Amino acid sequence: MGSEAIVVENVSKRFNLRHTRSLKETVVWLFKGRRGELSSTFMALDGVNVSVDRGESVALLGFNGSGKSTLLKLISGVMSTDTGSVRTRGKVAGLIEVGAGFHPDLTGRENVYLNGVILGMTEQETAERFDEIVEFSEIGKFIDTEVKFYSSGMFLRLAFSVAVHTRPDVFLIDEILSVGDEPFQKKCLARIQELRDSGCTLVVVSHDLDMVSRVCSRGVVLRQGKKVADGPIEEAVRLLRES
Amino acid sequence: MSSESLAAPDKSGGLLDVLRRRDLLRLIVRKELKVRYRSSVLGLLWSYVRPGVQFLVFYFALGVFLGLNKQPNFVIYMFSGIILVNFFSEAFGQATRSVVANGALVKKIYLPRELFPVASVWVAIVHFLPQFLILLAACFFFGWTPGFGQLMGAVGAFVMVTMLSLGLGLLFAAANVLFRDSENIVDLMLMMATWLSPVLYAWYLVRDTLGETFYFFYQLNPMTIAVELFHAAFWSPTAAVRNAPEGARLPDNLLSLWLPVGLVISLLILMLGQSVFRRLEGRFAQEL
Repeated sequence: MGSEAIVVENVSKRFNLRHTRSLKETVVWLFKGRRGELSSTFMALDGVNVSVDRGESVALLGFNGSGKSTLLKLISGVMSTDTGSVRTRGKVAGLIEVGAGFHPDLTGRENVYLNGVILGMTEQETAERFDEIVEFSEIGKFIDTEVKFYSSGMFLRLAFSVAVHTRPDVFLIDEILSVGDEPFQKKCLARIQELRDSGCTLVVVSHDLDMVSRVCSRGVVLRQGKKVADGPIEEAVRLLRES
Repeated sequence: MSSESLAAPDKSGGLLDVLRRRDLLRLIVRKELKVRYRSSVLGLLWSYVRPGVQFLVFYFALGVFLGLNKQPNFVIYMFSGIILVNFFSEAFGQATRSVVANGALVKKIYLPRELFPVASVWVAIVHFLPQFLILLAACFFFGWTPGFGQLMGAVGAFVMVTMLSLGLGLLFAAANVLFRDSENIVDLMLMMATWLSPVLYAWYLVRDTLGETFYFFYQLNPMTIAVELFHAAFWSPTAAVRNAPEGARLPDNLLSLWLPVGLVISLLILMLGQSVFRRLEGRFAQEL
């Protein structure tokens, strides 16, 4: 019985950038001898090893295009690896993007149920936590209004609120603390710290280095798909600020 | 939670995963039904209006003008075929589009991706049932006395079309992620579906006109078999058909041979669709 929550072993991910999306173009290009132009490749991750223990809070840091979000998507299972393996323990919930499962034509209430279940709760559990979710989001009486009439702040608050109430074992967060106004951001941060303190494993992708140093204890720095540093968060942040 | 072991996050059990997440399937179906007819006055009634108008057009064009009405209870003959083809078109067409349509979810959150085609087929069943009730009402009006075998044949036909449309739906939904051409290919197939089965004409015309060999391949189409099974169950046991001098002309060995053949072919297509879908689903998130 190990204590790891996430084990990433020697993972590489190559993207095929296809330059055509129709069958006709593909066939025409094949005949014209432009086969080589059909796609080009790009290494998003190259031999990355990371192991995260249960209850640890890790930040994935790096500049744009360094492969952070790709790694997060591999951990969540949305994408699969080319080589190497990713394994996780327990329920993984991803906040890869807030409100991905929201439908504008459903009411807030319907969306809470739909997304609660999408994020891995049962309908029963969602019902039990429903009041808590609505209270946290501060949506109040608008809960039975269709989501398309919400302001973008209201929308994000509700989506975030659903996600943080799913109580996963591993919680993946991609650049989400830009949600809503400042008081709400503080509340979100507090909620995430609360999750961390209750033993939930956190993996955070963010460019907000101040926030990251408050939430995480460990930082992994990626540069062009390779891991360049892995250690205490202060060191990782310093490394990133220097470069 | 501590007893759980390390496992790959994208390990997929295929269609079995869908069974495991019935809660989610039900919510997605409910969402689809609600969203389809948002801000429309007639709402779910539209799924009657469309087949209703289609029926009237065929009835007047073929039944009245081309004189097919002379056959006993041609109305039942046509309607029982039309609702089955409609079910197939709706299920197959929507399933093909389902993965691309739910791209935002597929890209961001890990779910068994088979959920979306399965939900589309389920929605199609919801639209099929009321049409089926209308058919039953019409059957009783025309003095319907079916036998047990015929009813079982109809159940088999329904299972056949469900498996067929889900299998083809999985296949083309996966292909559609890579090449949006598949939507158009599917539209072409659906356009032909009504005419590749004996919905508006009689099966023996195919045999008499094009010969036994062609007819054999024609008959291998599970939709053809399903439509004939529906004719056997709903059209042939009505009073006017039973009392007609020539009776109901149905293909030989429909229940003993073609029913199992159709089920096996549909099952094979379902397995093919599922295996292609599983092979391609790892690429969905990056291709969408």
